[in-house]
This record gives sequence, C-alpha cells and structure tokens, in this order.
Amino acid sequence: MLTDAVVRTSTGRVVGQRHAHHDFIDKVKGTMLYAADHQPPGMLHGRVIRSTVPSARIVSIDLGAARDLPGVAAILVADDVPHNSLIVRASGGLGELAIEMPILASDRVRYTGEPIALVAAETQQIADHAAELVVITYDELTGVFDPLGAMEAESPLVHDEGNVLVNWHIARGDAQLGFARADVVVEGEYVTQLVEHAYLEPETGVAWIEDDVVTIRASTQVIEHAVEIARILGLPSNKVRVVAAYMGGGFGGKEDMTVEPFLALLAWSTRRPVRMIWDRQESLAASTKRHPMVMRYKTGATSDGRLTAQQVEIIGDAGAYPYLSARIVFAAAVVACGPYQIADVDVRSLAVFTNNVPTSAFRGFGAMQVTFAYESQMDRLAEALHLDPAELRRRNFLSKGDVIPTGETLQTVVAVGETLDRALARLGELPVPSAPHKVVGRGFACNMQPYGRTIWFRDQASAWLTLQADGSLLIRSGVTDLGAGQAASLCQIASEVLGVPLAMVSVYIGDTALTPPAGGTFATRQLYMSGNATLAAATDLRGRLDPVAAQLLGCAATDLDYVDGRVLAIGGGSLGPELGLSLAELVSECARRGVDTSILTVWHADVGTFDPVLGQGDTFPDYTYGTHATDVEVDTDTGEVKVLRYIAVHDVGRAINPMRVEGQIQGGAMQGIGYALTEEIVLDQGVNNSTLFTNYLIPNASDYPDIEAEVVESGEGRGPFGARGIGEPPIGPSAPALANAITNAIGARPTRLPMTPERVLGLIDTTRGKSWNHK
Amino acid sequence: MSTFEVDLHVNGSRRQLDVKAEETLLDVLHDRMGMSDVRYGCGEGVCGTCTVLIDGDPVSACLLLAVQAAGREITTLRGLEGSAPDGLHPLQRTMLQLGGSQCGFCTPGVILTAVSLGRRNPTATRDEIRHELVGNLCRCTGYTKIIDAIETYLGELGTGTIDAH
Repeated sequence: MLTDAVVRTSTGRVVGQRHAHHDFIDKVKGTMLYAADHQPPGMLHGRVIRSTVPSARIVSIDLGAARDLPGVAAILVADDVPHNSLIVRASGGLGELAIEMPILASDRVRYTGEPIALVAAETQQIADHAAELVVITYDELTGVFDPLGAMEAESPLVHDEGNVLVNWHIARGDAQLGFARADVVVEGEYVTQLVEHAYLEPETGVAWIEDDVVTIRASTQVIEHAVEIARILGLPSNKVRVVAAYMGGGFGGKEDMTVEPFLALLAWSTRRPVRMIWDRQESLAASTKRHPMVMRYKTGATSDGRLTAQQVEIIGDAGAYPYLSARIVFAAAVVACGPYQIADVDVRSLAVFTNNVPTSAFRGFGAMQVTFAYESQMDRLAEALHLDPAELRRRNFLSKGDVIPTGETLQTVVAVGETLDRALARLGELPVPSAPHKVVGRGFACNMQPYGRTIWFRDQASAWLTLQADGSLLIRSGVTDLGAGQAASLCQIASEVLGVPLAMVSVYIGDTALTPPAGGTFATRQLYMSGNATLAAATDLRGRLDPVAAQLLGCAATDLDYVDGRVLAIGGGSLGPELGLSLAELVSECARRGVDTSILTVWHADVGTFDPVLGQGDTFPDYTYGTHATDVEVDTDTGEVKVLRYIAVHDVGRAINPMRVEGQIQGGAMQGIGYALTEEIVLDQGVNNSTLFTNYLIPNASDYPDIEAEVVESGEGRGPFGARGIGEPPIGPSAPALANAITNAIGARPTRLPMTPERVLGLIDTTRGKSWNHK
Repeated sequence: MSTFEVDLHVNGSRRQLDVKAEETLLDVLHDRMGMSDVRYGCGEGVCGTCTVLIDGDPVSACLLLAVQAAGREITTLRGLEGSAPDGLHPLQRTMLQLGGSQCGFCTPGVILTAVSLGRRNPTATRDEIRHELVGNLCRCTGYTKIIDAIETYLGELGTGTIDAH
C-alpha cells in the first residue's frame, strides 16, 4: 500500500542543485558549536566509573576516598537512580526477550565498561582522579565471549532469561524443494568482526536545570529519549528537555542514549550544569559497536544460472544487553538474499548475549554484514556455473512488482542493473601488476538497503513552516543532524516549493520543547520522513497562499510560479508576468484576509503488520540499490592489498543535492573499505585491546584512492520528489567488492573480515600448497 | 600543583593567563579561551581535530602543554584572514563549494594543515596532498572532496589568483 505521498515535480531550481548553505557555512568557518562547546557558568565535569571485569558480582563499592577529595560535587551509584531500569523492546515486542538493563549496575556486571557510578567535580582532572579513588570489589564469574558458545546448553547465562535474545525466521516457498531443483549448490560460512563508529566527535553533552526542567544539550541522533530520561529520573516527561547539537558524526552510535541519562542524573542531583565528554579511550572501550556475525549460506541455481533456493543462518553477537539487536538481526534477515529473485528461501537470524561490549545500531544496521555473505556466494556460484559474475546477477536481479522473501511486493523501480553496468563501464581495462610478485584482481558487489523504519512502528514526522512578514521562512523540525545535511535538505525542499531564497530560510532542529517531533535520525529515514513532511507542509502552505496570489495576479492558481522570493503568473495574469508579487506583499495580503501563513503538518508513513510465526508481513517501506566495483593489487610476499580504483554507484531516485549525495556515497564506501581491510576491535576474554586510534585503524587520506561516485536517478523513490535514502546504503558493498577482487587476484576466497595482510598471506599460502600438491 | 603565568598569542591578540603545569594547549584554548574551533577528538595526537598553527606549522594542541606555547604565534581556524567579500579564506570557499565538509568536526584542522601546505609547497600534487593530510582523520567524506577542495585552492595559488596568506 502506498502512502498518500505528496506528488510534486521539482522545477530543479533549488532541488537538484549543488547548493552549499546553512550549517556547512558555519562548519568551514569553524563557528559551528557542537555539544561540548556550550559551557554554562558554574559548570561541573562528569565522568562514568565503569566495570573493569566482564562478568562479576559486585561485592562492595567504597566511595570514601573519592568523596573526601576536594572539588568533588557528587558521586552517584545505583541506589541514587530513582528508576534504575531500562527495558528496550527494539522490535516492538514481536518476539525478543524483555531484559532489564540498569542505568548503573548495582550487584552484577555483564561486560567490561559497564557503568557503575558517576562523579561530578569542579574540574575534569578532579573528576578523573575521584574515579580512580573509587574502590570496587568484584567476585568474578565465568563469562561467555562467543555467541556460538553462548548457545550451548552448559553455557553461563548472561541473563537469567536466556542467552538467545531473539530468533527470527523468514521463509517463503520450500527451500528443500528449491535445492532439489538446483543443478549447482554452493555453501559458505562468513565471519565479520566487531567495529567502532569512530565519529571524530566522541559522545558528549551538557545538562543544566532551567525553570526546574532538566535540559540536556547533547550529541544525539534521538531527542525522543527525553521520555526515557524522565522515567529514569522519576519525573514527568515535561520536566526533561533534550536539545540535539549538530553532531560531529553519528553513524548510529548516537542512536541509543550515551551521556544523556548520566548528565541528567548529575545535573538533577547537584542542581548545577554538568558537562560530560567520553574520552576516545572510553568511547572505543565502552560505546556500542557493530554486531559481529557468523553467516552460513547455502545457495542453489540451475545450470543456466537461475537462483532456485537459499538457506541462511545468521548469528549476531549482541554483547551483554539488548539495545537494538532484535531489530538489527531482523533487518539482516529481511535482506539476507540481496537484490535477487529467489522463490524458495529459508532464513534464520539470531541475536545472542555474550559478556562482550553491547552491539547496536551502526550504519548498515544488519543489512551490511549480509552483503558480504550474499555477494561472496554470488561469485562462488558464478565460478561453479562457469558464468560471468555480472551476467549471473543480471539473470536474477529483482524488478518492480517482484515478491521478496517476506511476501511483500516491491513498489518502486529496481535500478540495480544500471548501477552495475555503470560501475563496470567506468573501470575500463584491468591494469597490469606493477611488479613480478604482485597480482591484480577485479571485483564488484551489489546491495539493497532499506530506508525508513520498520513499517509496524507506524512512523510519522512533522514539520512546522512559517512564512514571515518579510517573506523569509522558518522551518522547525525535530530532526537531528549527523552532518549529512539533514536540516539543509529540508531548506532546499521548502525553498523549491515556496520560492523563498535559501538565504532567507532558517531551520531550527532537534529540540523536544520547541520543534515538532520528527522521530530521530536513523534507519536512513529522515529524507524520506521529514523530507516528505516538509514537502507536505510547504504544499499545504501553498494551498493557502495560491488562492490569494491567484486573485491578486488575475490568473488561475495552477498558473502560479514561486521563484526568488516572488510569485509570478505563468504566461502573464491580468497584471502581466513581469510584475508579479513579492512574498512579503503576499504575506501582508494574507494577514489582511485572515489567512494564516504558519502551518504544522504531520506526514504518516505506511502502516502494516508482521507475523513473526509465519515470518511474513510488512517490513520496510522501500530499498536503495547500488553497486561498487574495484581493482586491487595484492603483494604476494606480504599479503598487502592496495586498492587501485574504487567506483561506487547508487540509485537515489532523485538527488536533492547531488554534491551531498556524492559525499554520502564516498564517505560510506570509505567507511566500508576500513571495515573490509583494517578495522577491528580486538576483545580478549571481554577486555578491549583496541582503545586507541593508534591501534584501531580507520582510513586516512593516503591509504586509499579517490572514491569515484556516480549517482543514478531513476526518478522513483518514496521520498520527496522521488528521492530514496542514501545515508546507510553506500557502506554495504565495500567488503564483498574487495573480497571478490582479492579472490580474483589470488585465487582463494577471504571469508573473514577484516582482510588483513596476515590473513590474505595465509590464503595465498593455501593456494601455493595446492599447486605444489597438484604438481 | 604549580601554575605559571604565560603569554599566549592567539589569532593576533595577546592574553596573559595562569596555567597549571599539566594543562594542555587544547584545554586552555577550548575551555578557557572559548576557541571552539580547536576540538578534542582523541587526545593522542592522531586525529587532528585539535590542529592549530604554531609559528605557521600544524601542531596537535592535545599533545602540547600550554606553557610550551607561551610567546609563540598560535593560529586557529578563526584566525585565518579571509580575503573574499564573504569573509571566507579561499580554501574555506573551495571547501564549501566542493563539499569538503560534512559533520565539520575535522574541518578546522584540515584547513589549517592545507593552508600550511600551500605556504610550503603550493605546487603539491594530489598524492602529496594525501600524504600531508594523514594527521587529519575524517570519518564522513572519504577524503575525495576534501582533496578536491585543496587541489583547487592550490591551483588558484599557482595561477596567482590568490595569495598563500
């Protein structure tokens, strides 16, 4: 069912242009004020005191020495938290265990880094010193650090309710019959690692009490956590206000609460402003991460390269608490088969507790990991069938109107084939190796990534537009901005419809007190949701303005054109085309006639239901498709992989701002390359060994070549003007594209990430062993 | 704890401050002097979000004690002189026009490092630009548009359209 989307064709005057405006001006000037930059008078400095062991009973907490330290304003433990429990039902209660997570651990810790106490002090140095003086005595328990081990009967329990948080099943047709029809069956197991978002701005915020309201200005993707914070403090929701600063990156890592409840507790307790900055070490050690997954795939096809069946088992490491794991492994299950038509499918997807650091949202949200698996399977199948891997994919791509494994019918065009053709065409000839001990290879990978929340959450977003007396425009939206232009896009959309020049548009975002709810920035949902809400509000406003303008200009309402702060009659009204009317004059006339030029519009997404028993039903509103292609050179002496070329192509339906679309594609692809080749949080029995940027290696400027981004505009998407979301999709294809290229170069397949030189060299050694045996 | 009275010369103005021996230049600039364009990112001198120019050279302010910067010329992004009518430095303009900034957290450090490069090596190649930027991590852009912006800026320097001030 299609929502009654506002259908409006863009003139291309503002939408579709590479405008650089709004927050980007502050950013290049260095005048953007992030969450840590706000310093109210009398501000204290907060710190979280965390568990140093992965699984234990807390025997005692000795606060004496810390409390005696001059300059310490407050130390809080579990007993000081009015409601010390949070139950996250990430899937809306469709099948996951209900597990309580304490805000501060009282008697039991389940991972290294779990919060136990809070301190606020006059300086950061005093707060840090006080944290060192707190003595916590533990009675250590046996932990479990591997999700496969945690599923065994004799495993220690992370939670008494059980170690399997959720076990989804999505099935369509009969996989066994599908395999019986297959001429070729390939199987593979793929293993991905724990990785960190590594936004350059760590988790941070400032809280203060104003008019007896706890106000928290933080780096957060979701201001709606205000409701949970109020519950934790034992306050009604009107007593907590959350303001989202523009973020120095989010990538999903600021979707769950980070500093907010701790800041709220410290500010409420001391009645003073408090700032908290998780230092990089703390952020790497204790913030949520991406799920490591073990993915077992079995894929069948006929000899002419038609997919017949796929069986998938996904086991994700949830770490010690639920967070959003239930929804993430669900997303993995929904797109486990990728952009391919397969009649007989059986997918199981589990999230399992361990005593590792919790995992949760991270750009790609489960749909990323499975791309590594299904695109590796496609190349394996092509090899088994002696088919060109691009041709195999072309024979099986989904099309509009096809039914996917959840039983849903795709409602928009699937332009994945065009992204594939463009990516391969751009690569041209494969280069020759630069030295005798080097080999080159080419690989590519296609993907599909949902945009928009799971449908059963009945998503909505609102936008409040006010056309002011001088013809300038205010946009108010609860949207939060991670740096991708979430707010600026709304300006372009409103400017396009109302003809207000961008410099005359102001946008106020992310405030639970003053902006209408937009529902958080995650799930690649804000262009789709708030973009549609803004378009709907601007269109509603036009509905009020048009009759007034038409009458003044002596033309039909359908002949009006809003451009550069003026309203013109197309083809000339009775007043002539060259005259028109300024927006200020129009607003003045509206005021005289009692026509309100301020409007609040709520936009509703699809609604539907999912049956977790049948594994069928409504899941996501739509998908974004793309292809990445790459040439690599592998040093057979060292296993080092050099990326020679990297092309990334996605269909975005309609680019609201092509420059920022390219930026999303380039940045996502690069983050995916880091995931593929270098990034890994190494845990040793639950203890994090990768807590510095010197040993957690994100890509730097000289590691990789340019990301050559191409934008396909199919014109069909469910966002404003036919746009599709592009925040998450570009991170997915990097790892399988590189894995397929490395396989092409060395003749052996990496199935574990990251593909480090050591691992690649190990694979090269196996091929040498094979060739010796054959000779 | 011992404190020292230091003269800090920041963006052309002089301030006398009492600083503790262990206070980093980052903490003094950001928290005590209101320089929000000098940012904490890692505290280990890797990410470059706290980059400032000291006597013209890019330095991580998190690794320098405030006392070590006494009497030296400290330039933060906001201290760059803009020549364009919009008040932007030419590199700020190319960064804006070519989309070199997303979340913006790394942007001041990137711009200062590149301006310093332009003064030392205005004919730097694309690879030399990449090499120069290894101390300024960016997690949003994938670097391509940042390098485009710097290359364009250096090109303008080379044609004499602008000065490497």
